[in-house]
Amino acid sequence: MNKSPLLKKAGTQKLLASLLSILIGLFFGSLLVLIVGLTTSNIGGKGAWDGIRLIFIGLFSKSRDAAGNLVFGINTTNIGNMLFRATPLIMTGLSVAISQKTGLFNIGAPGQYLMGTMVTLMIALSIPSTAVPPFVIWILAFLGGCLAGALWGSIPGMLKAFLNINEVIACIMTNWIAANLVTWLFDIARFSTIKGAFYCQTKWKIADGTFKNLIENTKSGYIYKTTWNNVATPKLGLDKLFPGSQVNAGILVAILIAVAVFIIINKTTFGFQLKACGSNRHAARYAGIKDRANIIYSMAIAGALAAAGASLYYLSGNTEFNWHTDQTLPAIGFNGIPVALLAMNNPVGVIFSGIFMAMLNIIGTQLTKFTAYNEYITDVIIAVIVYLSAFSLALRTLIAGKKKTVVANDANAEKKPAAPPAPKDAKETTPPADAKTEKGGAQA
Amino acid sequence: MTFLIQQTLLFAIPLMIVALAGVFSERSGIINLALEGIMIMGAFVGVLAVRILQGVPAFQQAAEAVSSFNAGTGEASSAWVTLQGMEILCMLIAAVAGAIFSLLLSYASINMKADQTIGGTALNLLAPAISLFLIRIIVNQNTMGMAGGAGGASWFLIRKTFFGVGANEDMGFLGNTFLDKTYLATYLTILLFVLMSVILYKTRFGLRVRSCGENPQAAASLGINVYKMRYAGVTISGALAGMGGFVYALTTQGCTTNGDVAGFGFLALAVMIFGNWKPLNIALGALLFGLFKCIAASYATLDINADGHFLLNEIGISSYIYRLLPYVITLIVLALTSKSSRAPKAEGIPYDKGMR
Repeated sequence: MNKSPLLKKAGTQKLLASLLSILIGLFFGSLLVLIVGLTTSNIGGKGAWDGIRLIFIGLFSKSRDAAGNLVFGINTTNIGNMLFRATPLIMTGLSVAISQKTGLFNIGAPGQYLMGTMVTLMIALSIPSTAVPPFVIWILAFLGGCLAGALWGSIPGMLKAFLNINEVIACIMTNWIAANLVTWLFDIARFSTIKGAFYCQTKWKIADGTFKNLIENTKSGYIYKTTWNNVATPKLGLDKLFPGSQVNAGILVAILIAVAVFIIINKTTFGFQLKACGSNRHAARYAGIKDRANIIYSMAIAGALAAAGASLYYLSGNTEFNWHTDQTLPAIGFNGIPVALLAMNNPVGVIFSGIFMAMLNIIGTQLTKFTAYNEYITDVIIAVIVYLSAFSLALRTLIAGKKKTVVANDANAEKKPAAPPAPKDAKETTPPADAKTEKGGAQA
Repeated sequence: MTFLIQQTLLFAIPLMIVALAGVFSERSGIINLALEGIMIMGAFVGVLAVRILQGVPAFQQAAEAVSSFNAGTGEASSAWVTLQGMEILCMLIAAVAGAIFSLLLSYASINMKADQTIGGTALNLLAPAISLFLIRIIVNQNTMGMAGGAGGASWFLIRKTFFGVGANEDMGFLGNTFLDKTYLATYLTILLFVLMSVILYKTRFGLRVRSCGENPQAAASLGINVYKMRYAGVTISGALAGMGGFVYALTTQGCTTNGDVAGFGFLALAVMIFGNWKPLNIALGALLFGLFKCIAASYATLDINADGHFLLNEIGISSYIYRLLPYVITLIVLALTSKSSRAPKAEGIPYDKGMR
């Protein structure tokens, strides 16, 4: 083991630990693909090799040529879509990271994300763009979403601060309350009582004043896109740079917010107080810091950030919201956890880990498109990465070369996820026509 | 009323056993946030086992005998028993799968002293990912049921004919409610719940497990191997949760699995806290939560006092309200009892021999 001074720096060790987790995660994914490929008759070795190549460089896959071989190269659509999907992931990642700085585990990001989604969509759709300029509606919807998330996030914060209820449990409860609340409110909400009398521009007429898309038959169960009301995030020429993709200025907003959070955490008194409460709540109180207030602030900011992710995602104009969320929570909320863990809770690091997570997402769709595998393999990779992040400290000591025995232990850890038996009687493995119905991302 | 009781039991029983699974883990000192993931894994492996066992000729013949008996021809008493045996076998397989899967959590939190919350979250992410990945490869869609499109009910549901009662005869209130159209899994789970509660509270082993969750250093000083006890706690927890996952998939989802148990694992955590880590309170809490789940699922056609009026539907409260009520009640109960709530003292703290 090389013991150069560079390797002894905490920052370098953190970075290397994250990279190591990523590598192990990718290798585990490849292993699963290989085992499934070799034991399934209609995938075989060649299919498995395609799958493994896609896992590592799927971002640069383009198509299959006439001979059925994968073609690789710069794919601007993929890169643009990656940046688009990274936007909400960066925001939920920031949400988890800032709460971790205060020693809180914000597993409530999905609920905060849902509340943000609801308020954003309701504001963006119910103010007629004939009367108010669309960019004003955009700003109102964004801020409204953030406020809703902040309020929702502050509930577990207050329970923690005043009653010392475990924030993880409180967050899980508020997640499911939000899931049912959002579904219920979208079910009953009306933004116009006059049937058929509400016009936005001349483009559309709302059938019965609900937010549910009843005009397009194929979109049953979805809320109207914000573009129905001419509200959408500007592209700022990014669509020219990445033709054919859904990218817009949202990614720039997310990066700006990440930098702002970095400055607040590291350069201001407020940020110092938050971190002090995270290190030792009682010591912080002894030093005159209001620990209760800081816990609530931290959760409120975390909630606002998660909700901002939802606002940026659904104001893009490309995405639609399936309002039947009472049985499922948005995966983007949970994926904020691996994003923050990979970045070791560094707000600037979150930008990169968010983009990496979005890249895995793109790889998943490419796998579904080009091979007999499906996108869930990338979820497996993410889960393995989170699992390794749980003992990142051990990984770091491993990199620093202090404790050689950890190597052996870690090797065991990697083998264990294979424990659940892999079934071997696959029947039909043609790529499914209607895969997982995605909640967002439906092209305009 | 019969319908209400039966449906409530169907929802409450998996909750009850999974909440007890949580107690085993937390009493040994490990926060088991992975209950949801372990349930998903158990449901997936259990349904897969059913699919594979369906190919065994003996079970196939038994199923045919039962279906022809239900249609009114033939003798089927031994065939019934065969199918119930198959159900028990699948429950055991799901339990083993859950136990193995939970080893990931014990390894991370006991050997590696990792953050238990993050470890549990990783398992919660891993289980749906792996099961959906494999489900899609096996059946090429997101929901895996029994082979040949058979429903779980047609194979495993106990009907009055099983007891030699004619299809048109009445079994009385108790018979109709607790014997006709029930699953053996429901009653086995209740039995197991009682058995495991006794083990945890009335045996030496149970006392040792609990001591590791309260003061592991003191337990170690008396010669108890804290690592072993914590491994035992989490593994039993995994087995119970895995089995609970399969029971959930079998009894409420018609023996199908789709990489999701609709938050039941988290609901079980809520029940555990609601019940203050005590079995009797947990049983009551699970029944309450089960009742709400049942009302939410079927309030529109629920005729409580059999007078032809669907009372709950006429009140006009949305089903989403019934669904979110248990979570709100849990938060309120937590808020009211936060002073007297007694979580195991050492839960969530990695055991360190040096810290005495």
